[in-house]
Amino acid sequence: MAGVELTGVRKVYPNGAEAVRGVDMKIEHGEFIVFVGPSGCGKSTLLRMVAGLEGITDGEISIDGRVINDVSPADRDVAMVFQNYALYPHMTVRGNMSYGLKNRGIGKAEINSKVEEAAKMLRIADFLDRRPQQLSGGQRQRVAMGRAIVREPKVFLFDEPLSNLDAKLRVQMRIEIKRLQRRMDVTSIYVTHDQTEAMTLADRLAVINDGRIEQMGAPLELYNNPSTLFVASFIGSPQINLVPARFDGKKLISGDLALSGFKDLPEDVDLVLGMRPDDLIQSDNGKLSMRVDLVEQHGADNLIYGALLGAEADEGDETEICIKVDQQVLPAIESTLKLDVDLSRALVFRKDSGQRVL
Amino acid sequence: MKRVQFEHSPIPYLFIAPQIIIIVVFFLWPAAQAIYQSFLLEDAFGLSSQFVWFKNYSDTVFSTSWLQAAGFTVVFSTLVTLLSLAIALLLAVKANEVIHGARTYKTTLMWAYAIAPPVAGLMGNLMFHPLIGDLYKLMNAIGWDFNHKLDAFDASFVVILISVWKQVSVNFIFFLSGLQGIPHSVVEAATMDCKNATRRFWTITFPLLAPTTFFLMVINITYAFFETFGIIDTTTRGAPGGATNTLVYKVFQDGFRGADLGGSSAQSVVLMLIVLALTVVQFRFIERKVHY
Amino acid sequence: MNTINWRLIYTHTVLIIGVIFMSLPVWVAFATSTHDAETILRNGLQFWPGTHFFETYREVLFVEGGVMKSVLGTTMLKNSLILGIGFAVGKVIISMLAAYAIVYFRFRLAAPLFWIIFMTLLLPLEVRIIPSYEVMAGLNLLDTHTGLIVPLIASATGTFFFRQFFMSVPDELLEAARLDGATPWRFFVDILIPLSKTMIAAILIIMFVVGWNQYLWPLIMTTKEENYTLVIGIKQIYQVLAEGGELPQYQKAFALTILATLPPVLVVLVFQNWFVKGLVESEK
Repeated sequence: MAGVELTGVRKVYPNGAEAVRGVDMKIEHGEFIVFVGPSGCGKSTLLRMVAGLEGITDGEISIDGRVINDVSPADRDVAMVFQNYALYPHMTVRGNMSYGLKNRGIGKAEINSKVEEAAKMLRIADFLDRRPQQLSGGQRQRVAMGRAIVREPKVFLFDEPLSNLDAKLRVQMRIEIKRLQRRMDVTSIYVTHDQTEAMTLADRLAVINDGRIEQMGAPLELYNNPSTLFVASFIGSPQINLVPARFDGKKLISGDLALSGFKDLPEDVDLVLGMRPDDLIQSDNGKLSMRVDLVEQHGADNLIYGALLGAEADEGDETEICIKVDQQVLPAIESTLKLDVDLSRALVFRKDSGQRVL
Repeated sequence: MKRVQFEHSPIPYLFIAPQIIIIVVFFLWPAAQAIYQSFLLEDAFGLSSQFVWFKNYSDTVFSTSWLQAAGFTVVFSTLVTLLSLAIALLLAVKANEVIHGARTYKTTLMWAYAIAPPVAGLMGNLMFHPLIGDLYKLMNAIGWDFNHKLDAFDASFVVILISVWKQVSVNFIFFLSGLQGIPHSVVEAATMDCKNATRRFWTITFPLLAPTTFFLMVINITYAFFETFGIIDTTTRGAPGGATNTLVYKVFQDGFRGADLGGSSAQSVVLMLIVLALTVVQFRFIERKVHY
Repeated sequence: MNTINWRLIYTHTVLIIGVIFMSLPVWVAFATSTHDAETILRNGLQFWPGTHFFETYREVLFVEGGVMKSVLGTTMLKNSLILGIGFAVGKVIISMLAAYAIVYFRFRLAAPLFWIIFMTLLLPLEVRIIPSYEVMAGLNLLDTHTGLIVPLIASATGTFFFRQFFMSVPDELLEAARLDGATPWRFFVDILIPLSKTMIAAILIIMFVVGWNQYLWPLIMTTKEENYTLVIGIKQIYQVLAEGGELPQYQKAFALTILATLPPVLVVLVFQNWFVKGLVESEK
């Protein structure tokens, strides 16, 4: 049973920059964990520390109960799929996939059978004798995965493997990766900056910001119950609507708007009200109104962008919001729409700390 | 070729003229002369000449002194190439690994490129000098009865050592550049696939350096053939008895000192053919390249 | 980490040995040059600097007969500088012009002319040495700066280098320039040359070193001492030392080698980045 455990993991670079500021997590065997966050948040660094490609300044990482801080990458029994595949250009596909096994002293016959089995699984059996330069991006991607699979490691590591593929291929490969992982039942850690990939692939998801884990949990949990403003804004597409507000004891005030139905919120403190685009409903009796600036037709749904009238604005003149409606709803530009909000799904955060208060 | 070009302009002719003129006057015309003279036999005073077809060639190419020079040139080129490539590769690999002081190492290992071969030759000569040379004393101290003025092996040793020394810098620069051209992620993937660093080097790094290595081999062989003239001229001058003559040095000796124009020209033409062969190899194999 | 990183120590050791191997000869040459002749004869090569630095170098540089029969060290220095700079500048100009013609123009003799330039690669100096000398003698160009520099600057390496660089310049640039009404000359001067600045610098540096270090050609082209370059002076010193006679002036020999080496080494060190870039790009 190969779980991965991180305790108090820190990474500080010689120039003083702190990339990872104390991360704790426990990954169960067979889980598909995704590290997600903006560029430079430390997610890749964390992955590379598990791989052994970066040193660990503080804390411990253990795989299957064994502390691997000082173990060399080749001995950790982990396999990695790199963002730009990192295939050996001078070897054939077969050579690329056999290399790791050869170095571990595995016999030729066994290597061949493993390679062929993996190649069949990934549908690259026809390319075994070709060189990487002769393959397309998607094919190279699968060879990179094949190289990892064939090792039968305790942990799979993926470092943004799909970012170099075109959109359609990305969706296809995403599904393949998930299926493969399920089938092989191997603990996996996947790094991406794309929240869609994160949401669809993960059993559990860790949102990382500035070297720290903001929140970790199942995708839906993070979507419905984000613990901070950062997580709420990062997860969910289109992005959650944010409106600056204050609580006066009875109502939530924002500019000219006064919303009732809130209680027990901190007063005299800047707050942010979060409402997801699908939680704002168009209603002729709605208490809120928006001016329509742009209508995007996405097929089954439309997204309507505009200004929330009367709301206090953060910087600038107006608070921009977005609502999701059925494809039939097509208001004219500059027209006014009346909206209702499902308060049970509204989120309120403190502006200073980002912590959720409702 | 460029997709877009200027047409109907006198400018290209004007611009290319200087180079072409110089080439014709100073390259092609002398080369033609050399070829022409290789078929002649001149008398001692240069007053009359006789057309002798390929006699100069057969006289020269089959003479013992030419064969000796050819033999030495082959051995010399091989040793200089292999040794300077090996030393430079080792230094480049190590220099690529360190972080602290990388720049200092790089600078101090590459600056020897700027030394002229004859200067290196003279320095080496003085260091092996019987009267003052420490290297000379060192050789005798370890029991080697060293005399590079009389002993062919010792003379070759000196010339090879100095030639290798001078060439390490150039090879070092190219190897280092080649190493840095290997994608970092490929190196990382290898770290995860193979624990043994030496094995990683021979199975991953060295094959990926193949284009650089082949290219450098041609450069080094050319260097050993031609540029070592300056080294030989300030150390052994071909002594003892022609043992350290390279083919190029012999051309010079026979032509300028021996005044044998016909023979020297024949040798020049043979050299031209060798250069042609080397160039063909360079452009056919290197350009076709082990392409990654 | 408290464990000694043996691998790192091994790496640094190898590098340090390499550095010593490459630098020691020159250091010894310098150190020895700062002693006087008797010391050297008595004790051999010196590893530590002595007290005769100014005396030796003054004699070599400024005293007539100091190191050669009559020419001054400073004269040879001047000749080397003229050769180095003249060669570098000449090469850049000729190569750039020719490369521009080949890359950016469609003209009838383009292919044959290109091959003529290519041929120079097959004809290194060593292969046409004697007839070249005769041509120069016939044109009365022996012992002149022109004769020394001009024949050297037309070899193909520079042209190939600039050709490759020009080929990598985007076509769109020329298209935009033509739409702006640029003539071939204007395009060259206003756009291409500024774009090539770093490449020009790199080539100038390398060619300066190459020109300064020329040996065979100046050897046969200069007959009078006053036209010697520093590098040729080396050859003469060698003769003098080999002939014996009076007290051999080893310290002056070494001083001359240092002087002959210093400028190109300084150039390589100061402009290290450009130099490496130019070297690696030019040989591809």
